[in-house]
Amino acid sequence: MGFSHAASGFKGEFCGRVYSLIKGRSWITLVVLIKCSSLYTTCLGRLSQPVNPKLTRRRFIKGVIASGVAAASTSLWYTASGQSRPAGAVERLLTISVNGQTRRVDVAPQETLAHTLRYKLGLTGAKLGCNRGECGSCTVLADDVNIYSCSTLTHEVKNKAILTVEGLRAADGTLHPIQAAFIQELSPQCGFCTSGQIMSAVALLKSNPRPTREEARNALSGNLCRCGAYDHYLNGVMRASGQLS
Amino acid sequence: MTYMHIGKDFTPPDIEGKVTGAARYAEDFRRDGLVFARLLTSPIPAGRVVSIDASEALAMPGVLGIFTADDLPESKPPANPALAKEFITYIGQPILAVAAESEELAEAAIERIVVEYERRPFVVDPLDTLVEGGPDPYPMGNSLIRTGEAAAGTTASGTGVGQIKWTSDQVASFRAGRFPTGASFPEEWMYGDVDANFAQCSTILEEPFVTIGYPHHSLEPRTGMAYWENGKCYFHGSLQSHTVGHDALSAMLEIDPANLVFINENTGGGFGSKIFPYPTMAVTGRFARKLNRPLQLRITRPEEFYIGSARSGMQGWIKIGLRDNGRVGAVDVAIVGDAGAGGGASGGSAAEHISIMYQPEAMRFRGMSLYTNTAPRGAQRGPGQNEMAAVLSPMMDKAARQAGIDLVEFRRVNAPGMDAKVGSRQGVLSSSYYPQAIEQVATLFGWEQKKTLPRQISATKVRGIGVGEGYHSAGASGYDGLLRIAPDGKIYLHTGVGNLGTYSYAGVLRAAAEALQCSWENCVVVHGNSDLHLPHSTYQGGSNTIFTETRSSHVAALDAIRKLKTIAAAQFGGAVEDYSIGGERVFLTSDSSKGMSYGEAAQKAIELGGELSGMTYPEDIHRTTQRSVQAMQGTGLIGVAKDTLPKSGTAPGFAIAMIEIELDTETGKFDILDYSGVAECGTVIHPMGLRQAMNGGGVWGFGMAAYERHVYDPQNGLPANVGLYQGKLPTYLDVPLHMKTAGTDMPDPQSPVGSRGIGEPAQGCAAAALMSAISDALGGHLFNRTPVTPDMIVNHIAQNSFNTGDLKTNTF
Ligand code: FES
Ligand code: FES
Repeated sequence: MGFSHAASGFKGEFCGRVYSLIKGRSWITLVVLIKCSSLYTTCLGRLSQPVNPKLTRRRFIKGVIASGVAAASTSLWYTASGQSRPAGAVERLLTISVNGQTRRVDVAPQETLAHTLRYKLGLTGAKLGCNRGECGSCTVLADDVNIYSCSTLTHEVKNKAILTVEGLRAADGTLHPIQAAFIQELSPQCGFCTSGQIMSAVALLKSNPRPTREEARNALSGNLCRCGAYDHYLNGVMRASGQLS
Repeated sequence: MTYMHIGKDFTPPDIEGKVTGAARYAEDFRRDGLVFARLLTSPIPAGRVVSIDASEALAMPGVLGIFTADDLPESKPPANPALAKEFITYIGQPILAVAAESEELAEAAIERIVVEYERRPFVVDPLDTLVEGGPDPYPMGNSLIRTGEAAAGTTASGTGVGQIKWTSDQVASFRAGRFPTGASFPEEWMYGDVDANFAQCSTILEEPFVTIGYPHHSLEPRTGMAYWENGKCYFHGSLQSHTVGHDALSAMLEIDPANLVFINENTGGGFGSKIFPYPTMAVTGRFARKLNRPLQLRITRPEEFYIGSARSGMQGWIKIGLRDNGRVGAVDVAIVGDAGAGGGASGGSAAEHISIMYQPEAMRFRGMSLYTNTAPRGAQRGPGQNEMAAVLSPMMDKAARQAGIDLVEFRRVNAPGMDAKVGSRQGVLSSSYYPQAIEQVATLFGWEQKKTLPRQISATKVRGIGVGEGYHSAGASGYDGLLRIAPDGKIYLHTGVGNLGTYSYAGVLRAAAEALQCSWENCVVVHGNSDLHLPHSTYQGGSNTIFTETRSSHVAALDAIRKLKTIAAAQFGGAVEDYSIGGERVFLTSDSSKGMSYGEAAQKAIELGGELSGMTYPEDIHRTTQRSVQAMQGTGLIGVAKDTLPKSGTAPGFAIAMIEIELDTETGKFDILDYSGVAECGTVIHPMGLRQAMNGGGVWGFGMAAYERHVYDPQNGLPANVGLYQGKLPTYLDVPLHMKTAGTDMPDPQSPVGSRGIGEPAQGCAAAALMSAISDALGGHLFNRTPVTPDMIVNHIAQNSFNTGDLKTNTF
């Protein structure tokens, strides 16, 4: 029996919706056979508390859709969207510019830039905090614009100059002013978001060499820091732009 | 006291790697022949696995195997199993792992596996299982029971699942904000005569409250990689502690600890969720052994929501009594804790917060820990203390206002000073300069001036100011210190402390450099890889690293100094006491020409052997430290000792914050205009590090007060906000543009350098101050819950019926 048989009324309808939602997405990972025991129906019937009157079905389903459907959480590592992934898709040899060097690399059609950088070119500075465009820890520059490399297909940027945190040092090893300032201000805490913060800050200073603190925080707002080191990153940006002594 | 290193900023050795991308985290490591494992997780909130058919998946070329609960030792509820079989207790719970030659193949293989489940009743609100006839989250019940010795909040052996039920009248009464007469609470303590003290109080407040749990969401998902070589397991993992988890991880892999090499130089956040090894690490290590291939088990962001731990929740009732002079005369509090599908709730530590921060003359706590079919809970930054600080602050404000006392004066009157008592046993503190912290923050913030500012700013903007306090015990003892002076004069400071991001792993070693009077540039920090011979160091949680590990660093240095002097006395004659150190030399105090450099002494130590070069070592050091000393024997002068320095009472960490907000009455959103926080953590050993801790904790506090919460659908058991943005972690735009922090910088007598920890109170004070400020902006209105979201604020202003008083846990 499937989900849709699980219960009647609202719950049944809801489960039906979830089920069709699941069926509609080719990346869903597992086949679920629910043994629809009477226990389940009983348990739903037993919940004596009325549900929040403000919880409408539409509202909740929206929430569930947004949450990616719990049961399906295992998949979707390589693809940048929910599209169907052709099994055994053929890799093509691409020539891309990374940190000023020309790199030749075999790239699958659905491969993300984060994947290419981290697992094929060994550039692990860009981190994968979420792999779904939420955190910014994978930020790199493409033609001086900061992008989420987890949500960008490598094929999309083949004609752009990619800059990662590993490419910031000068040829003589001198740190980029943002890197030096981040050390001085003890900006990173755990460091997992740091390369993303740095790349967004580099992009900002390229377009606006003397940003206000307010401008800096807006520019970096796509980069989450779970450690909450925001104040220190902003101090770093202000120092690197010569506005903090 | 004038120090060489303590109280001075320094450049931690790992920071350059963080800004250049060279710092490597567990998932950055790859190895030839690496195979990739992924998890299949439960789509149902409660039930069991009836059957697994993986035949189709296993027939796929490149798929190497599956790993199920049958490959692991049996685990009994409420222990959180690495892979579930008989007891599925939450959506997202791992059921099995599949390994393949590529990650993509592993994902594809999971799609071909057919799992048959049997459902069981489920519940997502503790009060729904507490009520008679309500569903239980486990077939055998709904509550944590202690069957033997086990640490609070763990699912270690010694715990079991029992059943507690109240009548529907009792639950209804609790929901309505009254104490449920006759209801049973398995946990209870009291000191003083509560009733007699209430009788002497002129202000009495009785309130219900709810605090909602939320995921840790450490930014680095807990991906791990393991491989086996010559019977040894090499494990790249992500823990916030290091050596203290070594034996536990070895046990999970059923190997001798000597055969485990744990590598973990950097950790992308833990916040309590990675203090000790977690269940999926067993899958990584054992699956790698089963396949005899290096194996990486990736944990995705959504999986991190489910298995990455979460704060427990509270539903409670509190009665507070104030005397005429503003002193808190009595407190009575009852807490039903939401422990999720495993772990423990934090009611006891929540009560502890009240006992210390307000020093009630008499107090009673009653509590219980109930399970629900939601993500397992565990320690999260000041578990119990911080959410209590947050929800309590506006209530205490209300009581103070009723008694006609200024909110800060009220804190002053009740402040825990040197003679403060804590908790059920009314134990003493190692020291407290907290009253000084109150004065310092009031000046930093300008409380007296700000409290006179008009609350109405414009037609749609109102101002609120608030004050909040945070506390956590902040120090342990009994761990080992270890260092080596090499013949080249370098001083290798070994630490088994993890690198959880605060730089405390390096900061505490400066206590050794201080004692040795050596330059920091000449020191090498050795950490992050058990093959580098690390000592048994503290668990890193409970704000305790700084106090605990400055002590162990200090004793290792004292041992090295004694040995330096012993060597010098052997060389130049006289007694050990006749010698001094300075300038990285040991010399005869009366004639400094008779002496030698540290490097020369290290060479002598190798020649003389015995304890000097680690050929023998103290019997009381942990076996982890013993192994490390054995590996370093004869390579220099070894300083090694267990911290047996005197320790009595609780070493406290305190923080106090003040906040000014501007709240938009049309949107319910607010801006924090001023954040001022002062830490009372003894001597400040690393000023920049303290700012980091206070500011980071502050951001966590804003999250707790206004943004972060679990939302579970009570009808289907599904979580509605798995992602980071829905969660929702504070961003740059949710925090003030500047944050002001400071420390009292007064020494604790039980730390050789006077320092204590602060990580946790840093959050509690900010959450509490923000709650206080929101309440102030709304004329003292109490929401009686955390978080207070814009929805709730707007509903309150519009006088809609959104009722926060019935202890609902899942609000949409
Ligand atoms: S990893 Fe790309 S945004 Fe999070
Ligand atoms: S420094 Fe840890 S997430 Fe930003």
